[in-house]
This record gives sequence, C-alpha cells and structure tokens, in this order.
Amino acid sequence: MAMSGARQSLGRSAAAHAILITYTIIALFPVFVIVINSFKTRKAIFRTPLEMPDAESFSLIGYQTVLKQGDFLLYFQNSLVVTVVSLTLVLLFGAMAAFALSEYRFRGNSLMGLYLALGIMIPIRLGTVAILQLMVATGLVNTLTALVLVYTAQGLPLAVFILSEFMRGVSDDLKNAGRIDGLSEYRIFFRLVLPLVRPAMATVAVFTMIPIWNDLWFPLILASAEETKTVTLGAQVFIGQFVTDWNAVLSALSLAILPVLVLYLIFSRQLIRGITAGAVK
Amino acid sequence: MKKSALMLALLGSTVMGAGLAHAEDVTLTIESWRNDDLSIWQEKIIPAFEAANPGIKVQFTPSAPAEYNAVLNSKLDAGSAGDLITCRPFDASLALYDKGQLADLSGLGAMANFSDVAKSAWQTDDGSATFCVPMASVIHGFIYNKDAFEELGIEAPATEAEFFAALDKIKEDGTYIPMAMGTNDQWEAATMGYNNVGPNYWKGEEGRLALIKGEQKLTDDQWIAPFRQLAKWKDYLGDGFEAQTYPDSQNLFTLGRAAVYPAGSWEISGFNTQADFAMGAFAPPVANGGDECYISDHTDIAIGMNAASENAEAAKTFLEWVGSAEFATLYANSLPGFFSLNSAQIEMEDPLAQEFVSWRQKCNSTIRSTYQILSRGTPNLENETWNASANVIKGTETPEAAAERLQSGLASWYDPQK
Amino acid sequence: MALGSYKRPVRWHIAVFLAPAVAIYTAIMILPLFGTLQLALFTTVDRELVFVGLDNFRTLFGDVRWSDSFWNALVNNTWFFIIHMLVQNPIGILLAALLSSPRLRMSAFYRTAIFIPTILSFVIVGFAWKLILSPIWGIAPGILDAVGLKSLFAPWLGKEEYALTTLALISVWQFVGIPMMLIYAALLSIPDEILEAAECDGLSGMAQFWKIKLPLILPSIGIISILTFVGNFNAFDLIYSAQGALAGPDFATDVLGTFLYRTFFGFQLQLGDPNMGSTIASAMFLIILVGVSIYLFGIQTRLRRYQF
Repeated sequence: MAMSGARQSLGRSAAAHAILITYTIIALFPVFVIVINSFKTRKAIFRTPLEMPDAESFSLIGYQTVLKQGDFLLYFQNSLVVTVVSLTLVLLFGAMAAFALSEYRFRGNSLMGLYLALGIMIPIRLGTVAILQLMVATGLVNTLTALVLVYTAQGLPLAVFILSEFMRGVSDDLKNAGRIDGLSEYRIFFRLVLPLVRPAMATVAVFTMIPIWNDLWFPLILASAEETKTVTLGAQVFIGQFVTDWNAVLSALSLAILPVLVLYLIFSRQLIRGITAGAVK
Repeated sequence: MKKSALMLALLGSTVMGAGLAHAEDVTLTIESWRNDDLSIWQEKIIPAFEAANPGIKVQFTPSAPAEYNAVLNSKLDAGSAGDLITCRPFDASLALYDKGQLADLSGLGAMANFSDVAKSAWQTDDGSATFCVPMASVIHGFIYNKDAFEELGIEAPATEAEFFAALDKIKEDGTYIPMAMGTNDQWEAATMGYNNVGPNYWKGEEGRLALIKGEQKLTDDQWIAPFRQLAKWKDYLGDGFEAQTYPDSQNLFTLGRAAVYPAGSWEISGFNTQADFAMGAFAPPVANGGDECYISDHTDIAIGMNAASENAEAAKTFLEWVGSAEFATLYANSLPGFFSLNSAQIEMEDPLAQEFVSWRQKCNSTIRSTYQILSRGTPNLENETWNASANVIKGTETPEAAAERLQSGLASWYDPQK
Repeated sequence: MALGSYKRPVRWHIAVFLAPAVAIYTAIMILPLFGTLQLALFTTVDRELVFVGLDNFRTLFGDVRWSDSFWNALVNNTWFFIIHMLVQNPIGILLAALLSSPRLRMSAFYRTAIFIPTILSFVIVGFAWKLILSPIWGIAPGILDAVGLKSLFAPWLGKEEYALTTLALISVWQFVGIPMMLIYAALLSIPDEILEAAECDGLSGMAQFWKIKLPLILPSIGIISILTFVGNFNAFDLIYSAQGALAGPDFATDVLGTFLYRTFFGFQLQLGDPNMGSTIASAMFLIILVGVSIYLFGIQTRLRRYQF
C-alpha cells in the first residue's frame, strides 16, 4: 500500500514536471529565437534561424547599429521612473479607495464601486485628445509627469477592483479587535489590513506594471521628445527606421527585453514572498 | 471658474517659458512619418540649413507611418504639434487646411519653383490656395536582379507577354522565386500591384480624370484589367505569400532569393545598401509592343506650416529653403528614389534612380487613381482597393467581383458615380 | 456590524481614503472619456458639431456598410474571448495546480519562466511570432518538417480561416501567466488545516482538487473570467502590431478595438471620424458594461467567500 502510494506520487510528480517543462519551453522559445539571432550575421539569420551563433555566423553589427542611434540608457531611465512612480501611486491610492469601499457601509457605496470600475471598460486611449488638451493647458506636455498621471488614472480602476475583492476576505474580527484596542481607522488600514493583502498588492503591481512599461501610445502622444522617450517608444521608432535591418531590429528587441526581464526577476521574488507571506500557514 | 484660473496661471507660465526661448535660438520642430530618413535629416539636411540660417535650430521628430495621421491629428487638435508638418498628398492634408490647422502658403516666393501639376496634390479643389511646399514624387515600376536575369538569359520585358514569359522562365528554372510580394500587409497589392500596372490600361490621367467626372466606372474593362493581371501573379509568388509581410518581401529580394520586385522608387536607397548583386528596373509592361506607356509618378510628400506655430517667420524661412534648388539637389541625392518636384533641373548620381526618372521622357505620368477626391467618403476607396487587390491576388475574390464591390462602394457616396 | 447602529460623527476617513483615487481618476480618465463618448450624439457639418441624437447608432446598426463591419468585429471578438476562456484559463489553472503542490522541485524556476511572455511588449510578441510562423524564414515549417508533419504547415496568419485563431493562441501564450499567478496565489492561501482535514477523510490528489480546492478558488476564477472578458473586448495592440489597422486577411482578424481605431483616428487615406468612432466606443462600452454587471450583480454576490 505504502509502496504503491510512493510509486504513484513519483509518477505523478514526473508527469507534473513533464507538463511544466513542456510549457516552459513553449514560453521561452520565441524569446530564445530573438536573442540568439540578434548575435548572428544577416545571412545566417535567414538561412539558419534556429542554430546557435558560431564563429562564422557570430556578429555584433546589430548592437553596434543600435548603440550608435539613440540613448537607450536614458530611455531606460525614463521608463523606470515612470513605471515606479505610477506603480507606487496606483498601489497606495488604489488600496485606500478599495479599503473605503470594502470596509464601510455608506450611502452610494456600490455606486462608487461601479463608478471606479467604469474605467476598466473603456480604453483610455479614446480620451486622448482631451487628455492631451489638459496636458497642453497645464504645460505638462513632454514631461514624465504627464505620463505618470495618465498611468495612475489608467491603473486605478483595476487596482480598486481587485483589491476590494481581496479586502472583503480580510477577517472582520481582526479589525474589530483593533478598533477595541483604540486604533484609528488609518492605523487599522496601514498596520492591519495592508500587510494581509500583500499578495493581492503584488498581483496588482504586476498587472499595472506591464501595460505601463509596454505602452507605446501615450509616450508617442504626450512625451515623444528625445529627453522623455521611453524604452518601448525608442525601440518602436528604431524598428520603424530599420525595418528591413533585422540585425538591428533583433538587437533592439533583445535590449528592450533585457531590462524588463531583470526587473521582473528581482520583482518575482518579492511577488512570491508577498504571496506566500499573505497565506496563513 | 477654478479651471479657468488654473488655465490662466499655467498659460502665464508657458508664455514666460516661450519668452525665454525667444531670447536664444528659435527651434523649429518637424512632424513627419519618414522615420526611415531620420539620420539623413540629422546628418545632412538640417546641418545644411542651420549653417545657412544661424539663429534657427531644427528638430526632426518622426513617428511610424501607420500612426502618423492619428498622432498628428491628436497633436494638432490639442495644440502641441510641431511648427512644420510633413504633408500627405490630397485629402488628408486638405482636411487639415480646411480645419484651419495648416497655413496658406500661396504667397511663398518658392512656390514659383513648382509646376501646377506638382502643386495639385496640396491645393484646394479650385486651386486658389496652396498649403504645402512639394518635396518629392515616387515612381512605380519593377526592380529586378540583373545577375539573375543574365544567368537565365532573360531581357528586361517591355510587353505583358514578355513579362509573363520571363516569369515563367524563372519559375521553370527554380533557382529564384519569380516575384517577391506578399499580401499580409495588403497595401503592396494595391500600391505596387494595382496602381503600378493599372495606368497602362486606363491610360493614365485620361482614365483617372474620367473616373472622377463619373464618365468611366470601376466596372469598365480598363479598370478590371489590372485586377485580371494581378490574379495571374499568384502563381509567381513565393510559398505562403499570404502571410508574407512587406519587410519579408524586401529581404527576399535583397538576399537574392527572388528575381523581380514590384517596386516604388523609394526602395532604391535601402536596396542599394542591402543587395550585393546588380539591379535594374523596368517600367510596367504594356499590352502590345509600341503601345503608349503610362507610369504612376505619384506626388507623395510635401511640407507645410502649422497655422498655430509661434515661429511662423522662421518656419517660412525654412519652407523657402525647402522650395529652393539647393534643397532639391540635397534631398534627391540623399534619398535616391524620391524625385524632386522642383522645376529646376536636378542632377542625380544613382543609376537606378536615373533609370526610373528616365521613364518620364518616354511615358505619360499620372498619379495613383484612388488618391484625389475618390477617397473622401465611407467606404474609403483607397483602403477598399488594398483589400480588393489582396483578395484578387490570393484568388479569394474574382477580378469582376472586386471591381463590382469597389464600384458600389464608391457609388454609395460619390454623386458623379451614382 | 459593530459601527452600524448608533449615531456617529461624519466619517471623514472614508472621504480621505477615497479622495486621491477619485480625484485623479475623474480628472484624467472619466472626464476625457465622457467628453469623447458624448461625441456619439453629434455629427460634424462644416466644422460645427450638430446634435443628432441617436442617428449615429442608427447608421452603425442600420447601414449595411457599417453594421457588417460591426457584427464581423463582434463575432471575431467573441471567438477571441471563447478561445481565451477555453484555452488560457484551463491551462492557467492546471499550471497553478501543478506549481502549488507542496513538494515540487524547481517550482520557482517554472513560475518565473512561464510568466516571462506576459512581461513582453506587443511589439516584441508580434514580431517574434511573425518570424516564427513565417513561411519564408522557416522556423515553424522547419520544426514541423523535423517531426515529419510538414504537410500540416500553412501560412496561418495569412489565411482567413486560421488567422484569428492563431492570433488568439498567441495572445493566450502571452497572457497565460496572469491566471496562473492569480490561481496560484489563491491556492497558496488555502489553510493547511483544511487540506489536512481533507486528507484525513481520504481525499487527496485529483479528488481533493475538485472537491476542496476548486470551490475555494472560485472567486479567483470569477475575477479571472471577468478580467479576460474586459481585456479581450478591449483587445487591440496584438492584432494591430501583427496584422495592421486593416486587420487582414480580408478583415478576418478585425475586432472591435481595431474597428474603433480605424474609424476614430482614421487610417491611411481614410480620415478619422470622431463621431462614428465614439459611437462604436459607446457600443463597446455598453457591451462590456452589461458583461461586468452580470458578473458583479449576478455571479459575484453568489460566490461564497472564504475569510482568511
């Protein structure tokens, strides 16, 4: 009985690994193709797209072209500033609003919930002209502030939606105990509730971060100046300019993948730690 | 109330900011879709202008061609667009002029350097006002791999029969894909297909103007014939051409894997740097030897002034310079394949560009049939033609059905065709 | 509720909690958006806006040229959504369930790797898959050839009958990490006591998953479904970057987002029409609103919540 149980679980774990490995290969394959080909000569890219670069086909010409054009370091810095600041604002303001909605009964609560959820349903891109007019009127065109404001507004609805869902799951006894101890509502929020919804916060962070980092539209419209260009916009302009120069395009893509990958690998630990810390074990 | 006070305060600060900038140089910003040309503007054109005009700085800020119209319109509506606007031909720019967003440039001295035909793409329908300084036209035809043609013993074809005989021969030999074109991006089918070979059938300007006047219909034989030719192309395109993109086709040709490339002359500079074989070009073949030939010599690009520009004087200085023979020579030679519209004789060094431009002597020039007036309504004739040409090449729509559909779409909103 | 019954002072903290989010959201998102949506009730004649009531909607649904495009886009969009629900979410749940099994080795590696496509921009995803599926450069045909299935290859992105499904699967590839992560988080937050109790009752493995875990993660599955719905009906970027604004071949991949973009901003020679564009946007908005309302009022309230 015990023997067959062990064998069964061994078999099950082998099957689990097989599925996960297969899927991991599917997930990584396209990235792998882009990166290896970025180190090859033009002829080798087209002739043998699947082979690793070797002594004959190795070439850095693409990277040389990319680095000659445009200041990718500056672009990267811009993207980082915009993403981090917007993310912080979305998480802070979103969690506060979600707490208000999920914790208190007040007149218009569900209406307010619906109001804040409206934003998930219409692409903010439609408001482009009015947003641009607003930024022109406030002199914020071609500043990173304009992008931060737009992304904060864009990220809030989803953040409130997900966070209030999770906050409804936080035990009332805990909060009421805090109230009996004389904690203010602010303290209850920051000290008791926030730590408990950390996994949800991490989830929201990932959701919010990706579209901000990858957005092309608003940088193009609101901040296309050289000093405020983001990495995605820089790569796009570059791809447009060198559309047939695949060495350069693949190198630019690799360079655009790399920073966000590193960021994610760092962030991923936090994310998982957040998730597991939140789970009562 | 609060909002207007805020606006006032902010307006004050921007005006002050602008005042400060005035004390130094004036900076002109150019909006453009030619992101391919970024380095040529930065390295050649702008330095030449700045050297001759101290006190004026110029910035070239292109966006991708597909997004250009959307981005530009949003910026113009909100008031954040650059001082100089690169103009698409015909209605897109006319709409901007009608909205008061492009300035009237009829009074510009340099306008005298351009013929009426050159200016027609950037004028009001009655020709009373011109709002962009013409920069260049592009010519359609076919670029071919000279080495491959020599290897197979083929001459550049002049008639349709020779054209298909050549393609058959290449196909039979099997070393090369006869023709590099795909339908994934759709526009090549219309631009490098339909409007490339079409003028020979509808007799250039004669047919184009008759269509506008309503004297001919898209279902007339001369307008279906180009589709019939496109339907025959299918057999000569590479495997999986349905998913082949524009860059795919360019790469197929420049890597030496395809023998013929239905082209626009703008490809010349890119092909020159990427292809390591000799290239030649031939004009769209005519039906019978000795027939009058017609080419699409399309007025494609011009530059105008944002009516709201705060640097109107400097912008006009720049536009006068764009209209000069100096700019024309610089531009035509930096970007072989963009042919100057300036009346002055421009010397070009590139042999392939010379070949294209030589057709102006022996053939009649026209522009793309769908551009003037006929794409003003919904459904949009140009965009429909993309879709129809791609369908015809793939064989999912017959030439007759495609023409029928285009005609009924056009007739639905264009009175002379009703 | 302890606070509910007696008369209490104005609860300013509620306002303080809500104020920053509501202020930014209203100023930057809601006002501009409704400024745009109201254009649906107007038309432009000689540069003047003229109020026309619901005429634009009559055109959109009544004029065959508009309504054909609209229904085509809606049907395509629905198919796009169905593929995500049938492929993306089950795969996401499966992967999360495998990852959450307690003694699995290398789970951190898998988790990280599988989520990577989600962090890539549409520009990269579109380009990479076009390269792989390209009939010319031969990665996909080459692989199929190697396993002897070359005959199965077709230029999928260029064929009317396959293009949309192919794009939907690329989108699934890109976003499967999201349901995986959400479900993974939900599975981890199930207390051990419950699982131990289940094992005492002889429930383990698959049975445990179906009888114990699945009911407990239903709220998360609900959120994922509604996020998928909203995300899919707003989809635009992937199709735009892979197939262009005309959503070829022959509009086979046209979804509401690309139809809206073309109409609102214009494309090539087609001039932008903010009025008809806003009409389409309003229709999209209503579709999504109905879906979200069904979820909020019909489904969410019925899901049993587990408090941790």
